[in-house]
Amino acid sequence: MFGKLTPDAFIHGPVETGAQLIVVVGALVVIGLLFYTKSWGWLYRNWLTSVDHKKIGVMYLVLSFVMLMRGAMDALMMRAQQVVAVGDSAGYLSPDHYSQIFTAHGVIMIFFVAMPFMFGLINLIVPLQIGSRDVAYPFLNSMSLWLTVAGAMLMNLSLVAGEFAAVGWLAYPPLSELQFSPGVGVDYYIWALQIAGVGTLLSGINFLVTIIKMRAPGMWLMRMPIFVWTVLGSMLLVIFAFPILTATLGLLSLDRIFGMHFFTTDLGGSAMMYVNLIWAWGHPEVYILILPAFGIFSEIVPVFSQKKLFGYTSMVVATLLIVILSFVVWVHHFFTMGAGANVNAFFGIMTMVIAIPTGVKVFNWLFTMFRGRIVFATPMLWFMGFLTTFILGGMTGVLMAIPGADFQLHNSLFLVAHFHNMIIGGVLFGFFAGFVYWFPKIFGFTLNERLGKWAFWNWIVGFLLAFIPLYALGLMGMTRRLSQVDPIFQPLLIVAAVGACVIALGMFFQILQLIVSVLQRKKNIAGPDPWPGPAGGGRTLEWATSSPPPHYNFASIPRVHGRDAFWVLKEANGPVKEGKTWPERRSSALEAAHERTHIEMPKYTPVGFIVAGCAFLSGFGIVWHIWWLALLGLVAIAIILIARSFESEIEYTIAV
Amino acid sequence: MHSHCTVSSSILDGSTLEHGIIKGVDFLSVFAVLDPKGAIALAERGLMFHAVLFMLIVAVPVYILLFFFAWRYRTGNTKAAYAPHWEHSKMEELIWWAIPFEIILILGALTWTSTHDLDPRKTLNVNVAPLVIEVVALDWKWLFLYPEENIATVNYVRVPRDKPVRFDITADAPMNSFWIPELGGQIYAMTGMITSLNLIANEVGEFAGKSANYSGEGFAQMKFTAQATSQENFDAWVAEVKTSSSTLSWSEYEMLAEPSVTKEPLYYGSVEPNLYNMIVTKFTGLPVPSH
Amino acid sequence: MTTHPSTSSGHVQEDKVVFGFWVYLMSDCVLFAGLFATYAVLQNATFGGPSIAELVSVPFVLTETMILLTSSFTVGLALLAAHRHSGTTTLRVGYGAGKKYLVLTLLAVTLLLGLAFLGMELKEFSHLLAEGNGPSRSAFLSSFFTLIGTHGLHVFFGSLWMLILMAHIVIKGLNPGTVRKLTMVSLFWHFLDIIWIFIFTIVYLMGALAL
Repeated sequence: MFGKLTPDAFIHGPVETGAQLIVVVGALVVIGLLFYTKSWGWLYRNWLTSVDHKKIGVMYLVLSFVMLMRGAMDALMMRAQQVVAVGDSAGYLSPDHYSQIFTAHGVIMIFFVAMPFMFGLINLIVPLQIGSRDVAYPFLNSMSLWLTVAGAMLMNLSLVAGEFAAVGWLAYPPLSELQFSPGVGVDYYIWALQIAGVGTLLSGINFLVTIIKMRAPGMWLMRMPIFVWTVLGSMLLVIFAFPILTATLGLLSLDRIFGMHFFTTDLGGSAMMYVNLIWAWGHPEVYILILPAFGIFSEIVPVFSQKKLFGYTSMVVATLLIVILSFVVWVHHFFTMGAGANVNAFFGIMTMVIAIPTGVKVFNWLFTMFRGRIVFATPMLWFMGFLTTFILGGMTGVLMAIPGADFQLHNSLFLVAHFHNMIIGGVLFGFFAGFVYWFPKIFGFTLNERLGKWAFWNWIVGFLLAFIPLYALGLMGMTRRLSQVDPIFQPLLIVAAVGACVIALGMFFQILQLIVSVLQRKKNIAGPDPWPGPAGGGRTLEWATSSPPPHYNFASIPRVHGRDAFWVLKEANGPVKEGKTWPERRSSALEAAHERTHIEMPKYTPVGFIVAGCAFLSGFGIVWHIWWLALLGLVAIAIILIARSFESEIEYTIAV
Repeated sequence: MHSHCTVSSSILDGSTLEHGIIKGVDFLSVFAVLDPKGAIALAERGLMFHAVLFMLIVAVPVYILLFFFAWRYRTGNTKAAYAPHWEHSKMEELIWWAIPFEIILILGALTWTSTHDLDPRKTLNVNVAPLVIEVVALDWKWLFLYPEENIATVNYVRVPRDKPVRFDITADAPMNSFWIPELGGQIYAMTGMITSLNLIANEVGEFAGKSANYSGEGFAQMKFTAQATSQENFDAWVAEVKTSSSTLSWSEYEMLAEPSVTKEPLYYGSVEPNLYNMIVTKFTGLPVPSH
Repeated sequence: MTTHPSTSSGHVQEDKVVFGFWVYLMSDCVLFAGLFATYAVLQNATFGGPSIAELVSVPFVLTETMILLTSSFTVGLALLAAHRHSGTTTLRVGYGAGKKYLVLTLLAVTLLLGLAFLGMELKEFSHLLAEGNGPSRSAFLSSFFTLIGTHGLHVFFGSLWMLILMAHIVIKGLNPGTVRKLTMVSLFWHFLDIIWIFIFTIVYLMGALAL
């Protein structure tokens, strides 16, 4: 009846039980609060069933922040373990639990923090920037969100029932095969990622079509904001890379469930093939994340330098080059697997070639600042932090692209420092910048600048303290994923742990900033175009509508007459000079753009939420070999989607 | 092309070790990767230094420009020039497509040559045939077989100084990575196949060896000691191990291969013939080749 | 009153949905590319089990292929019939009740051919399993079953979709919505056909020649 699920699955050691309690109590508190405030109806009507891209974007951000807390907790636990488990001391975590934590940390941070953060910002901003009322497929969008949530919940459930994978975030076989990992941990890993992966793929298709087909009249491709360009590149990568992940994890699960031999040690399986396949997805994945971050900075630098972006065409060319190149570098993740010198050298050089378009982007940002009037508001600070750390990360990256050097650096903490350098300093700082930058647009009030600056300084100092020592430790010969370390490494590990705490302080200030800003929201109401500048700083179309935008975004679709579409509208009334304030300018600019029409909007529907719920149950069934549940979930999904296809009234009309 | 290729490249010349740049710079000695004890590790370190130097040609100006522009064009500084419409300049853009391109051209050439010079499979140097040591990554210990000497050790490997060594590496466990930072870079250990790593120790001493690729619960204990001694000392050691009565038979091996952590090194005075090939072929389904 | 192209649900809407479906097919193509690559790597990893050359029966597979090709032809005819019915190649106006049954008949034929193909494939699989050559026999057989099974699963879902499409046409008749669905089903079906051609060539023909 319940497959492999027995009461034993709920009984853990003391530390795991703590995590179990946090999940259960946390869930109960949320449910209790919803009952206490009688908010179920509100939650259902306004959020769970929403197909509004802005609400979906906000929900992605909430998911990302919740999971960021868990991922950060994992990080702190690892740092603490490596400080105390020195020499003969085993520390406070068993090796198996430690391994589950570093696996979970990687999976969470990439799939359930960075990806939802990215899709949150894309959802919030892309339709606004291209002057559209919605995405191409609003219902699909809702389903993507809930599938991602279902994947995340399945992963969190592993804290309560059973265990998580203890194999590293990419689950290399043969370690991840049944022979070496007989528990359910790897199955949780596979199905959490498969469910979320389907959501990601659907989002990729959705936004690609949105950008290609739904731009406002006059917004030619070469007039699109760079953020939209980078999202286009990122979505192309999603469409070409995620099916590889789906196939690879699918094959691994066939090995585990049906005893096949794709990656097993015996009967002809090839673990090396898995390593190739997973990185054929994994390397593009890195660019899926970093490209939108580049795009965000390409929006922020001009606005806060009060100047046009330098080298628009170069930026576009560089973005497309990165998209193409990202598919021919995957072998650099395993130069040490014994490929020949020709193969290694080829992939090493291709990897370095990516540094060229990336370098061009850096120079273009710098020369956007040149002869500007730079305002150091928090988004710009994040940019400064990004570039400072990113150059370092880029250098260490090119260093490891040289196979001869990589032999000495691979799998050491040097590597760990490098990719955190790129993912935190590059991706996360980029997304934080975007979050602060667009927050007033989405919520209608500004974030507290002072607390934002404190958060920034804690983050950057904490980042340097936490990761520069890891570079040094790598050069000392310390390998990654150690649950117990040699005494010689301890001093620098203590520094790194302090750094992690400073980062935690930065996160504390971010939470405080949100709370304080929400409390003071009446005082900090943002206009449609709140960032500094002679006529408001906004240059792109999202600033042309109110903050927060109406659910149909634009009462009438704007017409686009050039790059920086909104800026062009402002300038249409004579050149923008210092001294004039935004309200008169904006209204006149917008009136010129307006054209009245009727508005058709999609109706809210619970189908996306329900489908994802069924996928969650089905995933749980497969993990525990509860086959009737797995089948039931799949059949339910089929029936629901078929029923939905017979519905015809999926839109309604608003008269303006 | 198989054995005894003469290494002509200057970066592989072991003699640079004698008057190497690191001698006398002591603080580096804590950084195993930067404190080479053999020609390969020395060459790999030299490669890193060169690459970093080339990269600094771009990175330093970028850092200077970033902070200079940030300071110079801050909004309070109304004396600075302001060009809000300047968005394009063919010349400038050409320059910063060209600068990274040039650097990558140089680094690319460096990569191509160094990757071939430092190919782990390439037999090192000179007129001496390498000492062959067969390595098996087990759960969670390292087994070393000396086919010529017909001895075996666990978690301890001894090599003569200045003699090229070829490690033939396989696994009877999840994927591991064989790494002795002071002697040179790593290579994966995988079931059913043999990867080769050619190294040399040019100084005597004890060096930390480790697995760099996570392989399960006992991974943190999967360490070994690599010791380089004089040739005489090495020969004496081999003779001493040979006196040990313990034999590494197949059944003994199967017990050893059970998942466990071994703190103290083990020594076997003799080894069942063909043991290594049996370990490799048990995963390939092919007949065991005889010696 | 001016209606804006991007807000009206006519032609642009259609365009958008079909375009998105093309993009989906592209990503599905990548999935199959991954499975083909896997097969290419593992096809010699027979580990003492049978090789592809020992398993292929060319006449049998040729029959399967002809069935699938014919079904592609009939689904094409169905789409053509739906289009011709409106008297124009664009899908905007004029769907009566007239040739609805022709379209339905052609779809039914396609569906039957699809099911026949699936039946043959299942027969092949059960035959292999009965002889002890199941997917867990060797890495080669794992990749063989997975590649062909994934294609078969697609054919199964395609058949299910076709059934539902027929229900749509029965209930609503031919209108821009159902014709759009028909367009996508036929795209999907042709896509599966192309994938099968690759399987037929790479797995079966090249496998048989290797003997």
